[in-house]
Parts: sequence; C-alpha cells; structure tokens
Amino acid sequence: MQQFLNVTLTGLSQGAIYAAFALALVLIWRSTRIVNFAQGSMGMFTTYLALIVIEGTGSYWLGLVVALGAGLLLGAAIERLIIRRVEGGPELSAIIVTLGLFVAIQALAAILFGATFRSFPAPFDLRGMMVGGVNVALTPFSVFVIGSVVLVMAALVALFRFTDVGLRMRAAAFDQEVSRLLGVPVGPLLTLGWALAAVVGSLAGLLIAGGSLVYPAYMDPIIVYGFVAAVLGGLDSPGGAVVGGLAMGLALSYVSGYVGSELVAMAALAILVAVLLVRPHGLFARTAARRV
Amino acid sequence: MVTDPAEGATPGDTSATDGPLFRVDEVGVRFGGLVALDEVSLSVAPGEVHGVIGPNGAGKTTLFNVCCGFVTPSSGTLHWRGEPVRGLRPHRLAQMGIARTLQGVGLFRGLTVLENVMVGADRHHRAGFTSALLALRRSDRDERALRERAHAVLTELGTETYADRLPGSLPYPVQKRVALARALVAEPQMLLLDEPASGLGADDMAELGTRIRGLRDRMAVVLVEHHMDLVMTVCDRITVLDFGRVVAEGTPDQVRDDPAVIDAYLGEEAA
Repeated sequence: MQQFLNVTLTGLSQGAIYAAFALALVLIWRSTRIVNFAQGSMGMFTTYLALIVIEGTGSYWLGLVVALGAGLLLGAAIERLIIRRVEGGPELSAIIVTLGLFVAIQALAAILFGATFRSFPAPFDLRGMMVGGVNVALTPFSVFVIGSVVLVMAALVALFRFTDVGLRMRAAAFDQEVSRLLGVPVGPLLTLGWALAAVVGSLAGLLIAGGSLVYPAYMDPIIVYGFVAAVLGGLDSPGGAVVGGLAMGLALSYVSGYVGSELVAMAALAILVAVLLVRPHGLFARTAARRV
Repeated sequence: MVTDPAEGATPGDTSATDGPLFRVDEVGVRFGGLVALDEVSLSVAPGEVHGVIGPNGAGKTTLFNVCCGFVTPSSGTLHWRGEPVRGLRPHRLAQMGIARTLQGVGLFRGLTVLENVMVGADRHHRAGFTSALLALRRSDRDERALRERAHAVLTELGTETYADRLPGSLPYPVQKRVALARALVAEPQMLLLDEPASGLGADDMAELGTRIRGLRDRMAVVLVEHHMDLVMTVCDRITVLDFGRVVAEGTPDQVRDDPAVIDAYLGEEAA
C-alpha cells in the first residue's frame, strides 16, 4: 500500500511536468497546426541559462525568472523569424523546420555550455515528507512542481477565458482568415502564442531539471512523453493535455515501480500506439472533423 | 498624397457623404491567362443597398474578394470615402469601417455565439494590441460595454437566447443570423454580404430582406446573391456581371428589362 502511494505521488509530480510540456505543444498546435519538436530543446536551452544565473548569483528564483523570460523571447523570436516563413505552407516543411531547430539548438547548447552532465539545484528539499510517521514520496520540491504547474495552467485558463487577447487568440486559432476580416491582428497573436508556449515549455524544462542532472539531450525523453500526453488528450484540447500528462506520469510511474524502469520508454510508445489505434483523435478531441 | 483611410474612419463622421462611399474603378483581375474581371467599375453611395448579380462564374465573388483585400487587382483603383486605397489587406477592413460576411457562415466553431460576436465587436472599443497586452484585461467598464453591445445586436437579430451555445449546435438559419450579428456589431459603414440567403427558406429570406432594408439608415450594403426575388426587392441599384465584365448597371426595374441581362441569364432562367 505504501509503495502504491509512493509510486502514485511520484507519478503525479512527473505527470504535472509532462502536462505542462504537453500543454506547450497543444498551444502551438491549436494556433498554427505545427507540432513543435523544438520545444524540448528550447526548454533545455533556457534551463542552461537559468543554471548560469543560479551559479553566478546563488539565487534559484532569479534563475527561474531569467529562464521564463528567455523562453518568452526565444518563442517569440523563433515564430517571428523562422516559423512565419513556413506557416501556411506544406505541413511537412514546418515539421522539418522544428526538427531542424531541435537538433540545432541542442548542438548550440553543447558548444556553448559543454556536453557534460551538470547538476541542477532544486529550491526545496528533495527528501520525502513524513506523514503520520511514514516517509512518503511527496517532497517539498514535488509540491512546488505541482503547485507551479497548476498556477501556470490557471493563469492560461484565465487568459483564454476572460481576457480580450485570449478571446482573439482563440478566434485566430479557429480561423485565421475570418479573424483577419474582423480586425484581429493574427500575426502578433501567433507570435504571442509561441512565446507563451515557450514559457510553459521552459517551466517544464526547469522543473524536470530540478535536483537532477542537465546535459544537452536531457529533455529528449520529455519530448516523447509530453508528445504522447498531448496526443492522448487529442492535441487540440488544453484540458486533454493536462489529463493526458497526468495519465502518462501515473502510467509510467506504475510501469517503473512495478514492472521495471527499463520498460518506461517502451510503455510510452505502447500507450501512443494503443491510443492512435483506438482513439486516433485522442481521448478528449472535441471534434473529429477538423482535419488539415 | 495618400492618407491611410484607417486613420480617417471615425464613427459617425459624415464628411464624405457627398461623394460615393466606396468606388471601384476599372478593376481588372487575371489569374494566369484567365481574365476574372475586366475593367469592372462599381460605386456605392452611403445608405445604398447595392446588388451584384450575374451567372455562375461571372466574377461576383472575385469582385467581392477585391473589395475586401483577399485578391489584389492587377489593374484599377479602389476609393474609400474619397481616398484612394492602396494594397488593401483583410485585416485593415475592420478599422476602415467595412464588414464582410462569408459564403456559408464562417463562425468560429469552438467559440460561443456571444464570443463570436464579441470578436467582431473590435472596432471602436478596443485598445491597441500592445496596450491590450500590457493591461491584458479590458477595464470592467469597456468589458461590460462590449458585452452589452454584443448582446444588443444578438437581441436585434432575435438570437439572444443562443448566446451561450456553440454555433455548430444551432440550425443553419440561426447560424446565418449570428454571422450577420457579428458583422453588424462593429457598426460598419459598409457591409459586404456574400450570398446571405443561401440555404434559407422563404420565411427566413423575407425576414432577411426586411432586415437589409432596415440597415440603410446606418450603413451601405453590397450584396452578392443568387436569389433574384431578394435582390430585386431589397436593392436600390444593381450591377450585373457576365464573363468578368459589367453588362448592366441601374435600378432593379432598369436592370430587369435590359436585353443584355436577359441575354446573360437566358440559359439559367430557362432551366
């Protein structure tokens, strides 16, 4: 029973990170119909920037702010300078561009920051808390992880539901041409969408690194898990991405805890294949008709 | 000197009411070797309902697309409120005071009816993009004003009971009315209606005709439509296109008896 509890708690906190990452993918997919394979590399890059700031100043929080700010700028710049040129073109061009960015940013990070493993600090204790005399796998850091992901999601929901910019971003995501006719500044909103997604991706990168090791490819598994989580949720649905992320976190944690940690990656792919076979539009896709 | 018409368009400004509100002069459009429009001219007076008719493939939709910036003409000029319009792009329309509905409905499927209309209510009551970003939230007063205006237009068109529904769940004629509401909420000076009666039954069409007539004290209306009864009853003037050229222009009575028009329509009328 205690193992079950611990495995579940670990799964939830990992799942929160996958959910954030999946959400970043969904934000971009909704607005531009592009799966941003470079999301992980971007998050890795900003996490390295955070590491430099943290090592220089000793402040984790300053590093966090720098990483999120850099994510915002990086996302905006990549959309405006690179993606804009392939938007509306053949789907394959955009995919290949994001794959190219994925490799290029990783290579750039290896050149700038070195390809060695470096340890990344966590702002909170990584030891499990004592609950009723039992040590559970809920650490103060994982509380921080879950809390910050929940906070970011609440902020995004508020943005999309209750603000004018959010309403117009949703409109632009559904139909760019009609939005333009109505005076919606579609271009700037796409840039903003990429910027916001990159912030969420940076947060995921930062959280996965906390108390662990970073190296240029440390986000690669997260790209796979986050992508599976997004597909699980239907790629189109932010709520689905969150549920998909948590489901992924739990499922992989159970596999790791009860079957064997070497099977985690295979389990992720098995889930992906199963979902695509049974519900090709994801578990939460709102409509099946919206194909590109 | 060319001034940006977007800056000059303030609501209620009637300084340009003497001349035509909107003018298309000898516009030509070529797609490769195909001539879609050839020296087409059109002039819309303030408060006028202007019909554009013609057989299929006559160039009506192309003309509309020129008017809203989807298609850049290869020759000819556009004038809006007396000022030449260069390089018209769709996103400038709303600021200029022009609204357009699309063939079909073109509503955002994932947004509620009210939200759809609020997206259209953009013209006067919004801060610019940057300030909207900085503030993120409109002030409560603006927010309320916007909502009220959206509700008022929905009520005017008898669709207020559907405000919180998604468009896909509504009957087609209701969706058409919501699309019209979304165009009207921006309080445009000119409304471009692309086949507003398509898919409507006789009752809905008669109601639409009355509604279009009722818009004349607020805006000019340009109408592309196949239903001849509707066009003949609501339009003040009609331009007839055939093979990309204007073959007739005038009041419904003049156009109805014009041999060129009868010629153009002979095949369709007989069928």
